Amino acid sequence: MQLETKTYQKENNSNIVKLIKESFSDMVSSRFLAKQLALRDIKAQYRQSYLGIIWAFITPLTTAFVWIILNKTGTITLTDTGIPYPIYAFSGTLLWSIITESINSPMSNTKGAGGILSKINFPKEALLVSGVYKLLFNSAIKIVLLLVFLGIFGVGYHSSLLLFPLAFLGAIFFGTTIGLFITPIGMLYNDIAKIISMGLGFLMYVTPVVYAIPKEGLMKTLMEANPLTPIILTARDFAVGQSPEYLIYYLWTILACIPLFFVGLVFYRISIPIIVERMSA
Amino acid sequence: MEDNELLVKVENLSKKFCKDLKTSLWYGVKDLYANVLGNKEERTLRPEEFWAVKDINFELRRGECLGLIGHNGAGKSTLLKILNGLINPDEGKVTIKGRVGALIELGAGFNGILSGRENIYNNGAVLGFTKKEIDAKVEEIINFAEIREFIDMPVKNYSSGMKVRLGFAVAAQMEPDVLIIDEVLAVGDLGFVLKCFKTIDTILPNTAIVFVSHSMPMISRICSQIILMENGLANFQGENVSRGIDLYYHKFITQEDSQVVFTDNSIELKQAWIEGVKEVNGLFSIPWASEIVLHFTIRNKKLVKTPFISLAIYDKEQRAVAEVIPDNQEFKNIEKDAEINFSVKVNKLYLSKGIYNITFTASEDIGFNVYYKIHKAVTLKIEHDKQIWTPFLLESELVEVKKISNV
Repeated sequence: MQLETKTYQKENNSNIVKLIKESFSDMVSSRFLAKQLALRDIKAQYRQSYLGIIWAFITPLTTAFVWIILNKTGTITLTDTGIPYPIYAFSGTLLWSIITESINSPMSNTKGAGGILSKINFPKEALLVSGVYKLLFNSAIKIVLLLVFLGIFGVGYHSSLLLFPLAFLGAIFFGTTIGLFITPIGMLYNDIAKIISMGLGFLMYVTPVVYAIPKEGLMKTLMEANPLTPIILTARDFAVGQSPEYLIYYLWTILACIPLFFVGLVFYRISIPIIVERMSA
Repeated sequence: MEDNELLVKVENLSKKFCKDLKTSLWYGVKDLYANVLGNKEERTLRPEEFWAVKDINFELRRGECLGLIGHNGAGKSTLLKILNGLINPDEGKVTIKGRVGALIELGAGFNGILSGRENIYNNGAVLGFTKKEIDAKVEEIINFAEIREFIDMPVKNYSSGMKVRLGFAVAAQMEPDVLIIDEVLAVGDLGFVLKCFKTIDTILPNTAIVFVSHSMPMISRICSQIILMENGLANFQGENVSRGIDLYYHKFITQEDSQVVFTDNSIELKQAWIEGVKEVNGLFSIPWASEIVLHFTIRNKKLVKTPFISLAIYDKEQRAVAEVIPDNQEFKNIEKDAEINFSVKVNKLYLSKGIYNITFTASEDIGFNVYYKIHKAVTLKIEHDKQIWTPFLLESELVEVKKISNV
């Protein structure tokens, strides 16, 4: 029986292709572990809670709610979006929360596994995959809610809704890629997590989450330069049945993401031993 | 003898750490960058860094067990982490063949809110089992852990002993090629420790084991090779396990003063020595199975009659191993403020190789009304060529080998 041989040394001689292959093979071999970790965390989160699942979507709901009130009472005036404003706002905040969660997911999952990382050798990709499973679970709840609202506010269900899952998976893919790059440094310095969270707070205002892109001006330039814009817009357009104006932009963004994702994966993989060594766990 | 395959090979291994946290984080960032570029340069100590492990070399084959001993902070756990692939070396190379199992933290991956059964699946998954493998073994694991009654209760309500039993039960089901054990056997009741030994004994022939412990009896029981680490370096290395243990003990000999545990100020021990033996560095070295005469000089302050003398012998780990209750004790009249010498003869001292402390007790009668008790009145060093893990090595010889019958 052939035994697997592992070598640990300072010099890093693997090339990027080999590392990508190893990363994917680890992801596949750790499917069960990823599922277990995700189940464990989801159960642990909700078992000791009475309101349970509600916490998953309460924040985006309340944010949207505030904007709806502001708009309805005339406190602020927003340009017409073509669909009932409540739907615009809810779909925006729900999608935005999915994106921010997927950006934070690699880092928060790696931080949370601090205990076992420094004691047992297991495929670290399992942490990433379990993060994605948890994201899918939380997002599923939000999407169900969105579907309910589509019915309530009279927008109805269009055939483009079938393309919606692709758009939102693209959002998760994009967010995870960013997350992969910030994780290694974020594990060393707590500042990173706080900067990201602060930054995302600002970023929401230059993304068409609760208001549309203006016809001209500085905001228009900023919003169009922001890669999150096409993601939100395309996903929302698919959900409500409007024609996706930013579809090409969206596809280019996702395409550009693919090589970055591989690089991020490899960076994460080779950085883990260094993080484990320095981690205050 | 068949050539067992080489499973672990460590060459020139070194690892450095940083003392200061902020500097450490900054070095972490620099290391991340260097890591991406391939780590080609030689590494020297940057400010605030020290070598946790330096130039360690060894080979381990299937069926062999390496004991790693040393003071706290010698680098043992760091070496284990590198063998386990958790951190990267700064110099040198580690080559490991086969499946690696680690008994480093027995409850890894346990989540308090979930039940024991659910945690078996979690823990097993973290250790690398597939769902099918766990399904096949789950009953065996529950039996081994002996917590069937509580298996569906949340783990946070388990006692620490139950958690450790459950963790070990899962880990023990792994059939690794290389097993790394880091002092987990220090926790747990006697039943657990015995069970651990039994399991290790069963898997040892098929496994290469690296065992870290502070318990010398455990080390000498299962290890075939030893490395004594001190400040990251291999101070002693080889197959002479007893010599390594001896050197380890030697490091901890202090010029400890004797401690008076109890006194009612009626007498005081002034001096204690062994006849014919010179005290070197606070130790009296005597060969195994010798007959010795101990002298105790006391200053009598208040007693009217001679006290009853008894001694107790403690090993280096402060366990009581023997008592000495001398015969021929009479209660004679004595004067106050006099110095009196007691000579106690011990026939054939069969204590095994090692260092022992003698506690001197003076009482009114045997086990009754203690006047004075002092630990470490005398420190003995028993010399012999065999290091064994029991306190006594009895004298024996093979008398006869006779053929009984033809089969």
